[in-house]
Amino acid sequence: MAQMNLLHAINNALDLAMAVNDRVLCFGEDVGHFGGVFRSTSGLQDKYGKNRCFNTPLTEQGIIGFANGLAAQGAVPIAEIQFADYIFPAFDQIVNETAKFRYRSGNEFNVGSLVIRTPYGGGIAGGLYHSQSPEAYFTGTPGLKVVVPRNPYQAKGLLLAAIKDDNPVIFFEPKRLYRASIGEVPEEAYEIELGKAEVVTIGSDITLLGWGAQMEVIEKAMELAKADGISCELIDLRTLLPWDVETVATSVTKTGRLLISHEAPLTGGFAGEIAATIQQQCFLHLEAPINRICGLDTPYPLIQEKEYVADHLKIYEGIKATMNF
Amino acid sequence: MNQPQQNIDVVFEPQFVNKDTLRIPTLKVLQQDGTLYPNAMMPNIDKSLALKIYDTMVFIRVLDERMVASQRQGRISFYMTCKGEEASIIGSAAGLSDDDMIMAQYREQGALAFRGFSLENFMNQMFSNAKDLGKGRQMPIHYGSSELNYMTISSPLATQIPQATGFAYGQRLQGLDALTLCYFGEGAASEGDFHAGLNMAAVLNSPTIFYCRNNGYAISTSIEDQYAGDGIAPRGVGYGIETIRVDGNDCLAVLLATQKARAFALENNKPVLIEAMSYRLGAHSTSDDPSGYRSKEEEDLWAELDGVMRFRNWLELQGWWDQAQETALYDKYRQEVLAQLKVSEKVPTPLLVELVSDVYSDIPTHLQQQLGDLRQHLAKYPQDYPKTSGEKH
Repeated sequence: MAQMNLLHAINNALDLAMAVNDRVLCFGEDVGHFGGVFRSTSGLQDKYGKNRCFNTPLTEQGIIGFANGLAAQGAVPIAEIQFADYIFPAFDQIVNETAKFRYRSGNEFNVGSLVIRTPYGGGIAGGLYHSQSPEAYFTGTPGLKVVVPRNPYQAKGLLLAAIKDDNPVIFFEPKRLYRASIGEVPEEAYEIELGKAEVVTIGSDITLLGWGAQMEVIEKAMELAKADGISCELIDLRTLLPWDVETVATSVTKTGRLLISHEAPLTGGFAGEIAATIQQQCFLHLEAPINRICGLDTPYPLIQEKEYVADHLKIYEGIKATMNF
Repeated sequence: MNQPQQNIDVVFEPQFVNKDTLRIPTLKVLQQDGTLYPNAMMPNIDKSLALKIYDTMVFIRVLDERMVASQRQGRISFYMTCKGEEASIIGSAAGLSDDDMIMAQYREQGALAFRGFSLENFMNQMFSNAKDLGKGRQMPIHYGSSELNYMTISSPLATQIPQATGFAYGQRLQGLDALTLCYFGEGAASEGDFHAGLNMAAVLNSPTIFYCRNNGYAISTSIEDQYAGDGIAPRGVGYGIETIRVDGNDCLAVLLATQKARAFALENNKPVLIEAMSYRLGAHSTSDDPSGYRSKEEEDLWAELDGVMRFRNWLELQGWWDQAQETALYDKYRQEVLAQLKVSEKVPTPLLVELVSDVYSDIPTHLQQQLGDLRQHLAKYPQDYPKTSGEKH
């Protein structure tokens, strides 16, 4: 085991993937010699050469179109979009091409080897265009897998699984935690199965559900609730598409209460999808309405970020409100 | 009717056309020592305009220097300098009419200063305070002013390019004596929006000046990794757009090119592409460290070609500027910037309601509800939200 921050864990996963398969390529804006603006591809060009780790021109639609072509040809492209806020020029390539390649061709062709890595989320004083959590635009797109890790250990295992998975994966990296989240990570390769949630803490009164950087915020709220004698079961969804209904439903059947929290705005957020499914699966077990603590329905602000975000205090209040319903 | 072409050049052996077929020259007026090139054409410029340009250059140099220091001190979160491109940016803004719309990328504070954006406005934006025209919502340097016809900056790259085409088309339909100038970098010219915007402007006859600031780098990505052709200019020709390349560190050449471009665009209702060749002397932003991707030697070479120094040399040769004025102007701006900084950083943050205003023209019911819930929550934990807890509701 080694101490790694989230960036190191991702860099390490990319390194291992490139080492075992010379068809694995890493590319994107500033990804080459410089190693990416966050340095997640640091050293890879030196190690594997300019043909396998390289800068692209500044065009997200080009990067993903190019990656689709590579994947269709049988290469294993790991394309970086510098910020998730800048993924939208590539929306057409992802939604109409990546996601539908296999289906539309009757599996004559597919881009299953593609992984799109992109840093997402707030908490870095980034304002409107360096803070967004756009996962719900993609969870509405059948054919994609959507994965969000919460810490270095998870990031490495999930990324290696995403690279091996035979379906295109969008891998959202919590950039606020790139250097802030540090933990024990095995040095060798390992995979964490996609599509499986993880019960992080076992509890009995209420199920708390989240993913990515929001997990540590929820955990902080859970500690406050614990002091009030509330026993919380904490679940990290990890894969949003396709998501692990069974693990969540089993937990809610036991606790009778569910609170979901994400950074993205409330309306149209993925919490709504989860709530709809869980109320159907667990209706007779629910003791209170399913609660959602999310970003406000506004663009992501700058100076009022603290007020805007779904912080631990809002979640704590949400837990109490659900308990006292 | 789309007829078969009659009078076209025909060959009977395969012939590939390559980038060397079209060699686009670079317009120059000023030499580094401030003398003019022999036979150089002068732009339309008098002493008053020349001094206004230089005054703006010095102001921006001082503002940039001071705000980078402020970012290092943690007083503002982020900054981007104009350094190295002042002649390009201010010289082009000086070639416009105040009625012309400017749609910038983000590094063009010199153009906004030339239009008359006050130091107070600059500073209030960077401190995201209650007097910021943008209501504290965007990162520092995302300025905008409808009064000054300067579109508010948006971080995503190149999105302003097709917007400029549309804005100028609207100006033309209204019969205004005004056009739109759109700034963008050579990196942004790789985005799809660049190609869409230029092609549409050419096809729809939109009087747009596309001003490419070719400064050598898109963050760490040098022009070698950005394009394989002869810069950006030949793309304009490919779209059927009048195109000119200019030395971006030559303020007089930039001014001349912009004045000619403006006259042509308005007279003919057609777009123009200007490619200004320059160099980003500073880092991409305060989040960037160029030592990871380029050498000090390279930076020094370009520093010797500094456009501000070149323009100052010319002013001195005209007898319009001397060392005493230089020192006095720097002192004046250093004092003003520091004084305004101290004022603006003490202005309170915008009211909480600005969190939900302007999402729509009115605040819809669901956002009023969310604001109400938020107020109740903040009242429970005033010490955890210090910026808004003192607000009287």
